[in-house]
Amino acid sequence: MSTEPEKPRMMKGNEALAEAAIRAGLQAYFGYPITPQSEILEYFTVEMPKRGGVALQAESELAAINMVYGAAAAGARAMTSSSSPGISLMQEGLSYMASAQLPCLVVNVSRGGPGLGTIQPAQSDYFQATKGGGHGDYHLIVLAPSTVQEMADFVFDAFRLAERYRNPAMILADGALGQMMEKVVLPPEGSLPRTEKPWATTGKPPWRERNYITSLYIEPDEMEGINLQLQKKYAEMQKEVRYQEVDTDDAEILVVAFGLAARIAQNAMEQARERGIKVGLLRPITLYPFPHEAIGNLTRNVVSVLVVEMNAGQMVEDVRLAVNGRRPVHFKGRMGGVIPSPEEVLEAIESVAESYRIPQE
Amino acid sequence: MEIPVATNGMEVVYRKPSTLTETPFHYCPGCGHGVAHRLLMEVVEEMGIQEKTIGVAPVGCSVFAYHYMNIDMQEAAHGRACAVATGIKRVMPDRFVFSYQGDGDLAAIGTGETIHTVNRGENILVVFINNAIYGMTGGQMAPTTLLGMVTSTTPYGREQPVMGFPLKITDLIAQLPGSYYVTRQAVHTPATVRKTKKAFRTAFEYQQHKKGTCFVEVVSNCPSGWKMTPVESNEWMEKNMFPAYPLGDLKVPHPILSQV
Repeated sequence: MSTEPEKPRMMKGNEALAEAAIRAGLQAYFGYPITPQSEILEYFTVEMPKRGGVALQAESELAAINMVYGAAAAGARAMTSSSSPGISLMQEGLSYMASAQLPCLVVNVSRGGPGLGTIQPAQSDYFQATKGGGHGDYHLIVLAPSTVQEMADFVFDAFRLAERYRNPAMILADGALGQMMEKVVLPPEGSLPRTEKPWATTGKPPWRERNYITSLYIEPDEMEGINLQLQKKYAEMQKEVRYQEVDTDDAEILVVAFGLAARIAQNAMEQARERGIKVGLLRPITLYPFPHEAIGNLTRNVVSVLVVEMNAGQMVEDVRLAVNGRRPVHFKGRMGGVIPSPEEVLEAIESVAESYRIPQE
Repeated sequence: MEIPVATNGMEVVYRKPSTLTETPFHYCPGCGHGVAHRLLMEVVEEMGIQEKTIGVAPVGCSVFAYHYMNIDMQEAAHGRACAVATGIKRVMPDRFVFSYQGDGDLAAIGTGETIHTVNRGENILVVFINNAIYGMTGGQMAPTTLLGMVTSTTPYGREQPVMGFPLKITDLIAQLPGSYYVTRQAVHTPATVRKTKKAFRTAFEYQQHKKGTCFVEVVSNCPSGWKMTPVESNEWMEKNMFPAYPLGDLKVPHPILSQV
């Protein structure tokens, strides 16, 4: 096999993600059509039969996530994908998988809500993705891509982390990232080694005790024990935190944004820099674990913080916790599938700069 | 752990199969679950497929089936056992996969998963225990509760204008082209026990040859939920349940097709 990286090609975010998943050794995909991510299901139904994997269109998102449960508990590298309303239906399964400690990948190419909402891109599933989403004390590992390249790359990271921690992982993208075409260099096939899964239900040979996968622990002491185990795992996961910093060295205003919003903010920042406003960006890549410490540290050197999101203000709550009252935290958001323009983010930056009278050269 | 028994050269004609664990059943006296568990595990032992069998437990009284069955198992969310079994079977097509579900699990909250799994003709065995009541939660109405039957949520008897009709889901399953072998049995007499065991065996044999979904309903009792003694519950079952859910095969393969 050649070690030369592949040539860049133009791909839709959804298709790049699906192709990357096959190259990451995906064994089973279960999904249900929903805009704006149906290309993922379509891609797998074309490719998986040719490449020795399973692709099955389920009768609902509820069934899809439970098929993932069955396949993952049998030791397979398995995933599903959906968009916001469908991800809501999957919350039961995700809670069970978190409790039963099953690794899997769930992709949310999110859209505006609540309810049936719109098919346009939004980031209003941040709370659902990062705070558990279903019932009980648990977390998903959440990665937020901002380019088509990351749509592909993060599949590998998500499976690696999911299997390392025996925990479901989510890629939280949005409708624009799913639909847009960009240059992407795909990771090579077979570059993600298989993990040993001695706990998997593959059939009980005589030389080992039976394996069973469950999330039921009737005795409170036992259930607390499982919870303590989960919490210990989440504490260990904190070291996996990832983020990107842009122009933070001399920044007086720190913009915090993830995914598509970070790209828009970066464009606005460049314009603000041209006008002499010293503004920097921190883009959380992992939304869980969240870069609390990095934000806390950066806050010491800035005058003010601005959070930009495509929602009513969700991540801003985590940023406020990280800033812990040391600096004012401002928010600029658009909702319901409306993508903020760089100009209106620039306006928000200028208004923050104005209000704190940062000298403009 | 094997309990030592002095057999003094006598032949052992009856013993617990190795496919059951040492954990005592938690089921109420007279309940059919224990017998159904045992029969299923006897078949797994006799066919020598313990190493290749993966079971899915439901939510309901048999939620702890994995404590008793000495095989690899998964505990599914309420109603999702057929979807979970689909996930297992698709990634391990050479394994014997079964779901074990009650009436509420299979025919109320899990109706969608049940119908579509059978309609896809998944090569699994679905064991359906129908006792017309939610036993674990304290005796509420099930989809299969008979008209006029008193439960904790039909205190005046199930009335059709309020709660509709008993759902004969097995009849529905038999209509689907994906089902291959559909039968309705019981476990309350030696004769019915033998027939149910044979049904499980037949179903596993068909599964080996990838014939489609096999569906075995076991019409059973719930002495606690029905507020009867075990003997009374069996008499009541014969008198009331069997006319609504008659025992026998609902769908058997064509004699030529069934030759494997």
